[in-house]
This record gives sequence, structure tokens and C-alpha cells, in this order.
Amino acid sequence: MSRLTDANLAIARDIIARYPRKKSALIPLLHLTQEQNGYVTDDAMRHLAELLDITPAEVIGTATFYEMFKFEEVGTYVINICQTMSCALLGAGALMHHAEEKLGIKAGSTTADGMFTIEAAECQAACTEAPTMQVNYRHQYRVTTEDFDQMIDDLRSGALSGDIPPHGTLGRNRQNIPADKFVGAPDPDDVTEGPAWIPVKVDNS
Amino acid sequence: MSKAITREYTPGFYEGDRPKIVTSRFEYEDSHTIERFEATGGYEGLKAALAMGPEAMAGEVKASTLLGRGGAGFPAGVKWGFTPQGVWPRYLVVNGDESEPGTYKDRLLMERDPHQLIEGCLIASYAAGLSQCFLYVRGEMPLAHERIAKALDDAYAAGYVGKNILGSDFSLDIVLHWGAGAYVVGEETALIESLEGERGMPRLKPPYFPAAVGLYGQPTIVNNVETLANLPFIAANGSAAFTSIGTETSPGTRMVAISGHVKRPGVYEIVNGSTSFRDIIYGDEFCQGIRDGNELKAFVPGGGSAPWFLPDQLDIQFESKQAGAAGSMLGSGAVMVMDDTTDIPEMALTLVRFYAHESCGKCVPCREGGTWLLRILERVCSGHGTDADLDQLLEVGQSICPGEMPHASSERLGLEAVPFPYKMTTICFVGPSAYASIHSPLTLFRDEFEAKVVPAPKRVSIPVAAG
Ligand SMILES: Cc1cc2nc3c(=O)[nH]c(=O)nc-3n(C[C@H](O)[C@H](O)[C@H](O)COP(=O)(O)O)c2cc1C
Ligand code: SF4
Ligand code: FES
Repeated sequence: MSRLTDANLAIARDIIARYPRKKSALIPLLHLTQEQNGYVTDDAMRHLAELLDITPAEVIGTATFYEMFKFEEVGTYVINICQTMSCALLGAGALMHHAEEKLGIKAGSTTADGMFTIEAAECQAACTEAPTMQVNYRHQYRVTTEDFDQMIDDLRSGALSGDIPPHGTLGRNRQNIPADKFVGAPDPDDVTEGPAWIPVKVDNS
Repeated sequence: MSKAITREYTPGFYEGDRPKIVTSRFEYEDSHTIERFEATGGYEGLKAALAMGPEAMAGEVKASTLLGRGGAGFPAGVKWGFTPQGVWPRYLVVNGDESEPGTYKDRLLMERDPHQLIEGCLIASYAAGLSQCFLYVRGEMPLAHERIAKALDDAYAAGYVGKNILGSDFSLDIVLHWGAGAYVVGEETALIESLEGERGMPRLKPPYFPAAVGLYGQPTIVNNVETLANLPFIAANGSAAFTSIGTETSPGTRMVAISGHVKRPGVYEIVNGSTSFRDIIYGDEFCQGIRDGNELKAFVPGGGSAPWFLPDQLDIQFESKQAGAAGSMLGSGAVMVMDDTTDIPEMALTLVRFYAHESCGKCVPCREGGTWLLRILERVCSGHGTDADLDQLLEVGQSICPGEMPHASSERLGLEAVPFPYKMTTICFVGPSAYASIHSPLTLFRDEFEAKVVPAPKRVSIPVAAG
């Protein structure tokens, strides 16, 4: 049931064709399947292994290295509260404490209604806007406890569903390479010549 | 088109007439669109490159002495020259994995001016004969993904990317690739492993440079987002225009994020080499001093990995040789400022936790050492440590970085500076960074750590009964 849908399979084939070797598409496809199902399921990993001519063990081997891939259900909204230095200097600890109190759960867990997961996160490349958090990876800057409460209310009421898609959706638009402009991604073993615009061997040194 | 300059949408832009090489479009709200880009000199650098040919373009980059902005500060033109002759294909991998604590510049460049980055990729690939480009963007940056995806679609449609660019024999695909959350993937060989669909662990060295052996074993140039964002300016205006800004050893500008206890934190494009930390922290054009009239206690000058500086070091210029001689490094262009209310051990803990957590586990000193540094420091910060723990921290660190560790000088403590760099027993800098982020606070503020611990219990001798 959690194999890629036909529509997503078409996207997957497009993505695979962009890489000289299939396995390079693994992380993008893990994102695709997480977007479809909310987390990475066992069936999905078997499907990706088929698509990429690798074993399911290789898929899970790679997938488990990366923090963004979840292997069990998480909340519709995953709230990552940055705890690294720049944010810690400006109240990240108090914000986390408040978030735990407000939602009644400890960091690393999910509310009983399946709406929210809170996680202690690391630097989100927004350090000048501390303290920061991300909701399904959408940055929120200079978050006060009032902002946090407002955010939770808005997410619950659906007021933000246009801005913040459910867990799994990263960029809402994917790159689309038109077939007539695509140069192609041959396996390096099949390439013998230098690029056309380098007439003879060029000395860069 | 609108040109409202507000704090909300342009954390990188401020008034003032400092030269702006990479943030020149940040004043426009629509700086990410192809319309704005073309209306403000966009893709002129690409056209200039195509007109001068690949060799001349590579020569310009070399003459510009453009230094890598990803942390190591290696000259881009020289790195491109390390690609072995006659080995094809060669690849370009763009490092947009920005995640070093305190660092916030590449994301801004990707979100606010994606076409400038695309143009940089085109120029680099043209000059160095690279036949495919992978733009590896940190996973947790959906806005950057969306903006780059749109920009690439527009650039393909307009003929700037893809087959026979602008009617020339130059063809290049640029593929946007999303990461998935792992700091160490920013290390260039780990980046390549990750792009091959593997766990993002750094490769054993040698070979030292992916330029020789990189993606799929082919010559591969890895450059930082900001490094590449400088290329359109260099191509369009020439290397002389670039070197006329900044100093001889550090030409051009640099994006610096200043965070923490300052009045106006932000990301600023500063003139390289001739701007001091005092200017950055206290200058009117920049951060305008410490919040609430407090005193400066310490600052981290180059991202979480860098040994800390004290007010003693304020007059050092933002220049790598000077920072190195003073016991630290400029790293990724991130300054974290602490005022006199700061609990130093707690702040060190946030960094040690970061590096211990991000260890990929490939080398023992980092995997075990980082974990122990974290455990001991947690014990100290929660009031369960002893004075022996403080020495233990240094001892564990010695297994990661044997010998003397760089640190700043301090008049208060009568300490001389120990210059950068350090020795290391690990494959990459994650392990040493875990140690650096406890070593320098502990060296410069030992009294604050001592205030949190109790004396270790004295050894007890139990005599054997006589007889
Ligand atoms: C642990 C670690 C993390 C790194 N993270 C990044 C990063 O996020 N972005 C980046 O550009 N360089 C990062 N680097 C530096 C890269 O290895 C590499 O030097 C850089 O991308 C080269 O580009 P440049 O020459 O244009 O600076 C990291 C290095 C290490 C050791
Ligand atoms: S130093 Fe740490 S992160 Fe780097 S390769 Fe070794 S174990 Fe991995
Ligand atoms: S430390 Fe929180 S965003 Fe960088």
C-alpha cells in the first residue's frame, strides 16, 4: 500500500534519469516516498530498492543515517526547536520548556491526537533571528512564547494549512527539466571525450 | 517593482555604501525572480565568460585569488587546476549544506538570489570543463528548494541552462538535490558519498582533493555557495575590479552572520581583510554594540568549530592569517557574541552536544571522545561534576587533538596565544570541533567551570589488619 503511486512513480523515473548512476537518486526518492506517506515505510523501501537495483538493506542503510527520514508515524506538524548556541543565548531553552508545557509532551514525542511532534533541533542556519524553530521545516524567526501559542492555535484551526503543508512535503515545487533541453547523464564509464566547448585539453594550472 | 527595505524580508541587507558583490540585489523584494535578475545585470557574467573562452575565464578566477567561502579558504582557481588532464567527465558539486553553528549566509544567497548562484555554477563549469552540476542543498531548507527549482525552470526555459547555452557549444545540466539532515555531509567527501546515495561519511584521505578523485571516482570540484556566487561579478567586471576590494591576501567581500547578544544581529557583507571585529560588533553600520548596555564577555569568531576570542582580540581584522595567529580561525563567517550575563559552561555544552551528536562514527577518537566530552560536561553543568572532571575533559580531548590546542591570549589570565592549527587523529574536523568548543572556554573561563564542581573525593587508604 505504501509503494509509490503511479503519479509519484513517474516523478521518480524522471529523477532517476538525472543521475549518472541510479543509486544517487536514493535520497531524493526517500523524500518522495516520505511526502506520499508521511514517513518511510518498509514497503516503500522495498519499492525503492527495486527501482534502483539495490537491496532493501542498502536502502535502509542509507536512510537511517539521515535525521529527516522517519520510520514511524510522526505528528502532522513536526516542530523543531533549535537548541544550538546562538538560539540558546537568546532563550531557546525557555522556549523548549514552554513548548513542552503547552503541548503536554516531552521533546521527541507526539501528542496523542497525532497533531504535533516536538524535537530538540540543531542550528537551522537562521542564527541571527534567534530563537528559531521550524514547523515541517518552515522557519519561524524570533519566536516568543506568545508566538508559539498562536502558532499552535493557528495550526489546530487550519489557518496555516496553506503555508505549512503536512509532514513530508519539502519544496512544494520540484525542478522540471524539459526533455528537449536535457543534456543527459551518461554513466562516467561510457564517457570517453571531453566536453564540446573544451576544444583541446585545457590547461587550468 | 516594489523596493521596500524591511527588516523582515532582508536580514542580509542594510543601508550604507559598502561594496556589495553578492548581496547587490537583496534590496529588492523580488530579487529571486528571473525578471529582476535580468534587469540588474544578471547573466552578463555568463555572456562575458562565453565571449572570452574557458581558458581565459579560468585565468580570471585564478587572478582574482577568490578564496573558498566554505570554511577552509582555499583559492578556487587553484583548486580547479587540480583536476587531472584528460580525465572525463568532470563534475561540479555545489555545497549548500550550510549547518555549522552560527552560520547563516548560503541559505540567504540561495533564497534571495538563486539565479546568481546558477550563473556562478555555469561560469565554473564552463571554465573548468565540468559536464554536469549537482546543487546539493541542505534538506531543512524548503524555501531554498522552491526558489532554486523555480529559478532553474526559468533558466532552462530562457536558454541559460541545458543544451547549447545561449546558442553556444556549452551545454550543462544543473540538478537540484535535496539533502536529508546530517551536518557532517557538509564535509566535501561526505557530500560526495551522500550524493552517491550512501551514508554521508567522510572518505579516508588521501586522495586529499575530490578534484582528483570525487563523484563516481571522477574529477569533481566542490565549491561553497558563496564562493560560486562571486563568479558572476568576476566574469562581468574582471579580476582587477574584484581584487580592488579587500586586501591582497583576502580580496573581495565576505558574508558574515553575527548572532547572539548584539543590538542588531544580522548577516552583513563586509569588506574582506580590513574590517575588524570591533567594527562588526560595535560599528553603526553593523551590530551597534552589545544589548542592554552590557559588556562583551567573549565571542566565537568563525562558526561553532572555532576557538573563542575575548575582548582582547577585538581589534583583529577579519582576515584568516591574523585570526590564525591569534589562536582561532574565520571558518564559515559566523560570529557568536556573548555578553557578561552568559553562562559559559552552558554555552560550551550546546556546541559539544552538537558535535558529539553529529559524529558519523567512522573514527574512534571522535565517536567515543565526543560522547565522553558530552557526558562529562553534562555532569559538570548539572552540578554533579568534580574538579577531576575538568582535567578529564582535557585528557579526553588530547586523544582527539594531541599536543597544544590553539587558544586566544588573555591579559586577565596572563596567557599567550597559541596559534592555529591543531594536530588531529580523526578523518575530518567534527571530532576536533567537539574538543575546540570545550577547550577554549575551559582555558579562558576555568573559574566558571570550577564554580560548578565539587572537589573530587580524596583517595582513601584502608590498612590491612596487622598479624
Ligand atoms: C565537518 C565539516 C562540515 C562542513 N560543512 C560545510 C558546509 O556546510 N558548507 C560548505 O560549503 N563547506 C563545508 N565544509 C567545507 C567543505 O569540506 C569544503 O571545504 C568546501 O565546501 C569547499 O568549498 P570552497 O572551497 O568553495 O570553500 C565542511 C567541512 C567539514 C570538515
Ligand atoms: S571525525 Fe567524526 S565525523 Fe569526522 S569522519 Fe571521524 S567520526 Fe566521522
Ligand atoms: S543556532 Fe539556532 S539557528 Fe543557528
